[in-house]
Amino acid sequence: MKLTATGVPVFTVERLTSGIKRQIPLEEKAAMSIDIKTMNVEPKRQTFAHVARRLGSDTTASRYEEGVYDLQATTHFHYRPIWGPEYWTFDEGRTAIKMKDWYVFKDPRQFYYGTYTVTRANMHQTTDRNFAFEEKRNMLANIDEEWREMIVKYLIPLRHYEWGANMNACAVSDAGYGAALTSAMIFTTGDRLGIAQILSRIGIALSEGDGELLDQAKQEWMEADAWQGVRKAIEDSLVVKDWFEILLAQFLVMDGMVYPLVYNHFDTEGQKHGAAALSILCEFMVDWSAEHNRWVDAVVKAAVKESDENRALLSDWYGKWRNIMREALQPQAAMVLGDGGEAVLNEVCEQLDARASKLGLTL
Amino acid sequence: MTPPRKKKMNLKQRYALMTRGLDWETSYQKMDDVFPYDTFEGIKITDWSKWEDPFRLTMDAYWKYQGEKERKLYAVLDSFAQNNGQLGISDARYVNAIKLFLTGVTPLEYQAHRHFSHLGRHIRGVGPRVAAQMQSLDELRHAQTQIHTISHYNKFFDGFSEFPHMHDRVWYLSVPKSFFDDACSAGPFEFFTAISFAFEYVLTNLLFVPFMSGAAYNGDLATVTFGFSAQSDEARHMTLGIEVIKFMLEQHPDNLPIVQKWVDKWFWRGHKVLGLVAMMMDYMLPKRVMSWKEAWEIYFTEAGGALFEDLSRYGLRVPKYADIATEEAEHISHQNWAIFYQYTQAAGFHTWIPGDDELDWLSEKYPNTFDKYYRPRFEMWREMEAKGERFYNNALPQLCQTCQIPMGYTEPGDPTKIGFRSSIYKDERYHFCSQGCKDIFDDEPEKFSQAWLPVHQIFQGNCGGADLSDVLKWYHMDQGIDNMDYTGSPDQKQWDAWQAARKKVAG
Repeated sequence: MKLTATGVPVFTVERLTSGIKRQIPLEEKAAMSIDIKTMNVEPKRQTFAHVARRLGSDTTASRYEEGVYDLQATTHFHYRPIWGPEYWTFDEGRTAIKMKDWYVFKDPRQFYYGTYTVTRANMHQTTDRNFAFEEKRNMLANIDEEWREMIVKYLIPLRHYEWGANMNACAVSDAGYGAALTSAMIFTTGDRLGIAQILSRIGIALSEGDGELLDQAKQEWMEADAWQGVRKAIEDSLVVKDWFEILLAQFLVMDGMVYPLVYNHFDTEGQKHGAAALSILCEFMVDWSAEHNRWVDAVVKAAVKESDENRALLSDWYGKWRNIMREALQPQAAMVLGDGGEAVLNEVCEQLDARASKLGLTL
Repeated sequence: MTPPRKKKMNLKQRYALMTRGLDWETSYQKMDDVFPYDTFEGIKITDWSKWEDPFRLTMDAYWKYQGEKERKLYAVLDSFAQNNGQLGISDARYVNAIKLFLTGVTPLEYQAHRHFSHLGRHIRGVGPRVAAQMQSLDELRHAQTQIHTISHYNKFFDGFSEFPHMHDRVWYLSVPKSFFDDACSAGPFEFFTAISFAFEYVLTNLLFVPFMSGAAYNGDLATVTFGFSAQSDEARHMTLGIEVIKFMLEQHPDNLPIVQKWVDKWFWRGHKVLGLVAMMMDYMLPKRVMSWKEAWEIYFTEAGGALFEDLSRYGLRVPKYADIATEEAEHISHQNWAIFYQYTQAAGFHTWIPGDDELDWLSEKYPNTFDKYYRPRFEMWREMEAKGERFYNNALPQLCQTCQIPMGYTEPGDPTKIGFRSSIYKDERYHFCSQGCKDIFDDEPEKFSQAWLPVHQIFQGNCGGADLSDVLKWYHMDQGIDNMDYTGSPDQKQWDAWQAARKKVAG
């Protein structure tokens, strides 16, 4: 089989008699002079009618498209929820954002359950290898003592931040509208639990095998001044009623500041203190964030593009949460980076603002 | 350097740190505002930490196991498509069973995904919250893998193509839809009882297993592979269901009467919905697995009996009307098939009168009822068909306000008399097929009086028009293609042509 430089086989795509596209390795194609006799059965249609309507014609659809389009019921609900009779179970009114079509929120990653789990399983295999590598060489022992303490202060408490993000993702998966959004958000729910568990593993490893440092880190989260702004922001987001605001606050604003600050700037600082092993153990989060941001950006961009009303509302929310988070992260930046913290935080905010402008938000 | 001192934790401790340790008691917002829905039903939880995690699956393990299953499943689906696996099924009549599945059940899997997300966000205890999140993922999996499995059939057979549109509109699909709407519009503990316990634990073997065994017996390799692949997910869901019930009953004695009421209600709701499965098992499988009555005896009377004996130590008793449901297992499949036969013009799948060997099988499986009450009717209809007078019922049926099935069921103890109950609520009279359905309404009349009843809606002019053809158009059902008898359908013509071509190839 012919491979490219990255080890990926070279494929060509052929349409089978059943109308399905199949990837065929080029070498196999070259040998395809053998004529296997099969019955030629003609398909009546290529895809489901609702999918064909969205594609513009009855043509071969991807598994993402068949697995997501129009899957959510839209009408003729039977009973108002007794836990909240103001809306139907699935109701466009649960957000002030208005869309003509909720399936413009397509996932650029094209994740359906199968591609999602396989992608994450592969990513986590690398994480497992990194943990094994670190353990074998006892690399965490190379970290300076005072920086170890710093890790317990700045990194390990983030498992609670991740748990908050998990709840927010789950809230959008619950209250959101349309299968394109809710499916992506339950994937994120799983991602954030997974990341919280990677952070827990780091804490356990630093603790040489028990939960002592996790308890310490939790105390930081609950009581240390440096964390209270972030914890308050998270708790405030947990009672926000509009799910689109939750989506924007958590995944664009909060993550948009926390991830670069922690996994880029704080991590770089750690290199000076022998914490190279930590960078390896946090690789999952760096890769995940780059990938997830593609989804966040696609969703926000599509909502902004829909109408000026949406743009105004999303811009308001952005401004509100940006300022809250900017302030909340200040003591964090100062704690980890000292006098340099302010400049770094400014840089992080400028980058996020630039990203937000690119998405069409008014700052 | 001295090697670090490695401390050891057992799996339970480690899992507790990985999940429960993540949570905290909020202080900037009140816990009751963060979790606003988990107290109003009256279920008293004194200590969430007493929750026993039924399975200890960290996210990385979840991704790994599930990803592996997906790889295997999609390899089979690709192969099924490439080799035109639909040619290998027992008979094209079988395909109608999976039409019922895709239009009736798959959209419920999506609803389950959504509502387990609701629980995964809103249940205060971390243990059940994480379990609900994983189940939300699983349910999305089932919706999507079912669509991908059946996608190939949709390319060759009619009746699949408009499944989400039909699910929101078609008269008999309002039966499963309203069942799930009922659960999702209830509080979180009732949902757990309804779906995780009554449905996934008590009744799952009467839904999932018949469809998947039916697929296996009828050469449907794609669907049976999906079934095997989903089995371990279902096992997790069942474990969650039994844990939820035990947890509620152990937490506070005041919970018992509430839980008992829910168990009674959801057993009866489930029993009525499963009537569609009963019909599928007895009438729609060209190669039959077992009769509905046999399945009921094994999976409800025996397995359910043992379960409720086990739960009796908590004071929980066998659901109310279990005896009546058991008596109805002798009738329900025949009565349902008769309804669909009469209304074939408005059904999204094909119907037929069973062949002689199939009638004989039914006589043998139902010695108490089939020859006496049902065989003569089917034989009469067959004679009418032969004379060119195929019987269609052109009057719209009255629907039960609770289960939404046409009122064609008979009285307990008298299979010649149609069952009929009614209640008055706010000066309006509501009709029911059974005492069980009436009791459910009487307990929550405000809820059930809201039901979107398809027949009422047609009469009110909300379903495309006054004629059958208008309604079919509104359903996105093509006259003479998606509906009517199997004999003469495009599905049949195509299947016969394939069979003829294969004979020719075989020489």
